[in-house]
Amino acid sequence: MKDLANRGLDTATARGATYADIRLIQSRSESITVKNGRVEALAMGESQGFGIRVIAEGAWGFASSGHLTAREIDRVAALAVRTARASARVKHTDVDIGPPSAASGRYKTPYRVDPFSVSLEDKIGLLMAADEAMRRVKGIRVAESGLEVFRDHKTFSSTEGSFIEQEMTRLGCGIEALAEGQGDVQNRSYPNSVGRHHGSGGYEFIQAQDLPGNAQRIAEEAVALLTAKPCSSGNTTLILDATQLALQLHESCGHPIELDRVLGYEASYAGTSFLTTEKLGAFRYGSKQVNITADATLEGGLGTFGFDDEGIPAQRTPIVREGIFLGYLTSRETARTLGQASNGAMRADGWNRIPLIRMTNVNLEPGEWTFDNLLADTDEGIYMQTNKSWSIDDKRLNFQFGTEIAWEIKGGKLGDMIKNATYTGITPQFWGSCDAICNRDHWNLWGTPNCGKGQPSQTAGVGHGTAPARFRNVRVGVI
Amino acid sequence: MMKDGNLMGEGAVRRLLEKVLALSKADQTEVIFWSTDSALTRFANNIIHQNVTERQAAVTLRAVLGKRIGVASGNDITEAGLRRVVERAELIARYQVENPDFVSLPEPFPVRSVAAVVPATLAFGPERRADVVGVLCRRAREKGLVASGALQVAVTEVAVANSLGVFAYHPQAMADINTVVMADSSSGYADFFGLDASQIDAEALAREAVDKALRSQNPVGLEPGEYPVILEEYAVNDILDFLGYLGFSATAVQEGRSFMGGHFGQQIMDPKVSIWDDGLGEGTIPMPFDFEGVPKEKVDFISKGVAKGVCYDSYTAFKEGKRSTGHALPAPNTFGPLPMNQFMGLGTATKEEMLAGMDRGIWVTRFHYTRHLHPLTVAVTGMTRDGTFLVEKGEITRPIKNLRFTQSYVDALKEVDLIGRSARLEGGNFTYNRVPALKLPRWNFVSATEY
Repeated sequence: MKDLANRGLDTATARGATYADIRLIQSRSESITVKNGRVEALAMGESQGFGIRVIAEGAWGFASSGHLTAREIDRVAALAVRTARASARVKHTDVDIGPPSAASGRYKTPYRVDPFSVSLEDKIGLLMAADEAMRRVKGIRVAESGLEVFRDHKTFSSTEGSFIEQEMTRLGCGIEALAEGQGDVQNRSYPNSVGRHHGSGGYEFIQAQDLPGNAQRIAEEAVALLTAKPCSSGNTTLILDATQLALQLHESCGHPIELDRVLGYEASYAGTSFLTTEKLGAFRYGSKQVNITADATLEGGLGTFGFDDEGIPAQRTPIVREGIFLGYLTSRETARTLGQASNGAMRADGWNRIPLIRMTNVNLEPGEWTFDNLLADTDEGIYMQTNKSWSIDDKRLNFQFGTEIAWEIKGGKLGDMIKNATYTGITPQFWGSCDAICNRDHWNLWGTPNCGKGQPSQTAGVGHGTAPARFRNVRVGVI
Repeated sequence: MMKDGNLMGEGAVRRLLEKVLALSKADQTEVIFWSTDSALTRFANNIIHQNVTERQAAVTLRAVLGKRIGVASGNDITEAGLRRVVERAELIARYQVENPDFVSLPEPFPVRSVAAVVPATLAFGPERRADVVGVLCRRAREKGLVASGALQVAVTEVAVANSLGVFAYHPQAMADINTVVMADSSSGYADFFGLDASQIDAEALAREAVDKALRSQNPVGLEPGEYPVILEEYAVNDILDFLGYLGFSATAVQEGRSFMGGHFGQQIMDPKVSIWDDGLGEGTIPMPFDFEGVPKEKVDFISKGVAKGVCYDSYTAFKEGKRSTGHALPAPNTFGPLPMNQFMGLGTATKEEMLAGMDRGIWVTRFHYTRHLHPLTVAVTGMTRDGTFLVEKGEITRPIKNLRFTQSYVDALKEVDLIGRSARLEGGNFTYNRVPALKLPRWNFVSATEY
């Protein structure tokens, strides 16, 4: 592998590249989906390939291929340089990635039980047990459970002298029950919705979720939602569970702090960011209770690694302290615009994609409250749980979220169940209304495996540590 | 290995798939071949900041042992790599539990071939892409604006073969470009999708996006509420996208989560509305067969407002004793069939006529970040973007700040004032849609943003 990598770098340099890096990746995956008592999908996948990123004539080029041969490395390296020269036709200034950065090292996701060593029978048995528990509940039309495991072996080499090897193991699972009746359909998910809950680690992660033990409960909740009352419209106190708060954090903090987005590099796709650079260090993003950190070093997260895909070591970066906006997620190139060094947030979702700035584990630091005390302290409001829909504008200001389930809060206690609950707001006002966050006992590192960004589109796994939190005077029941 | 001419060719692909089928010892075997040679030039701040290419070929194999099914895939198409894929699929199938609903892989049906490779697209290299992007960036800069966007050229081959005799092969080259041109307080948009990259008219795209960005500067706030709307084709694309994704799949009906369920033969939309899927329809990106090698049939979903039908793959078709309409996704697939080439029937109106008849309403260029709230109503929330205007007494009077809407797309089409006389091909999140502009009597805007 190292010989092939060096060949690619040498060819790129010989063709005129002033900088080049090459990533060689071999991936394998396993996925199982059980639906209504049938194993509807059971698949294994393998993928291999390499991507060469170069700077030539002061502009970027990238080429990739799934054919791992010396001849193909030569062709792709030459194409990367040709592509960079074409980029140079439409540039203002030369790309500046700062001083050379040479790193060497190895990283391997720590785990106790290799998830690829667990038999298919055991995995199917786990999902079937959850499936049966859901379908035992009268009114369930569709029960679906799934489990996925991924492993990447990747090397990163650069003309600046870096050589890094990493083995990353990610996995996740989830269940969902769909109830139909009373002219309605309603769904409930566990441990999280839309793409399930993922992390990095071993099979112990799957076992810890206890899918069968939660299956009956969520199925019963799905059925109960059919006759639950709708969400009233108005402004009220809102408590979000940790999973919904993870997505709130993802959309309204994680994406706006990507410095490439701030600088306009994503403008034509998902848009830009309200967190423009003059706000750094001074802007009040949220209340004093709000402390947010990006941490790629935290064990078990989807945004956990040894080095990013520019060879920069994983880091822990303050983003918001006592409500004040302090930091971005950066790359070598974008960090230069602020006179900074990269904080190591560049990741690609495979050998055939360039690295982009991606969230690592962007976490809301825990507060002091227990959930029971938080509830008891809330006279009136609504408690929303588990994301169902999400949308945010192209500067990450106006958002609307919906959750699978909610409950009225009256006199410090949970009351009636509510369906089709939604809430909306403007990002800084919303985080400014946060007056209480639960403590570390309620804090969990959630994994979002399906964060989309870039063209051609890339999917990244990112982490969000959250605990339930309370927000005042929020508009709910948006119709 | 693909040749430098981008395509392996039908003969080489057929030989490869025959080799894979011969390696398999399963009762039934299906293999999907897919290759891509694609390039994308991305620009922002009036420069090219990303410029990428990708080449690969891969196979996905579905091995059937009785009623047990295993799927494996890989992009190593050497003899050893293919053998590994076959062995893994068979291994998985042996571990599988039986799926009583599975009947058989499809039998062969004649597949019409359709020309979808334009030499000009094959020859559209990085220098040509930079030239096109250069025009957009230059025109924006001349007006003090900032252009961003992406130009993609992709050459693909898809083939499906199975042990019952199915073999279908389709090569295709296509191009698409989109641009957002921004001023300090506004933006404009333009795009193109087509088979022939040489038809990209950079000057016309630049004119459209620059004009919209200039006209939408200094927007004013407007109270949210229910307004009549004129939706440009870019916005209508989103409506068809969600209707197809949530409603027009047989799986959605069978699972009770489609608005079509229980309403076949009933008037559920305005009589002016017709929606269908046609993989070989004029003006789409054609696809003659699905990922089971079944020829694509034209399927009427809504005909003059009446719910007519949905699309099927072999699995959902067998469940109802019907024939697949050729809308299968690649295995393993738990979503079910999906329309991929949707059309909305045309009306007779120009956009000027839509405008002339509007007393007070909103002109929407496109929607942003739309997500559904409920499958049965196709209730969707999202934002307007890249040019939203107030219309008063038949004229656009002011640009307005972007608005959030929460609207049932099914309800929106229950009453339609006017349908455009021409259509644009648009790429959605799930499907290609050939759509006209629409004038609707009401659209539910629920909040506003700050710009």
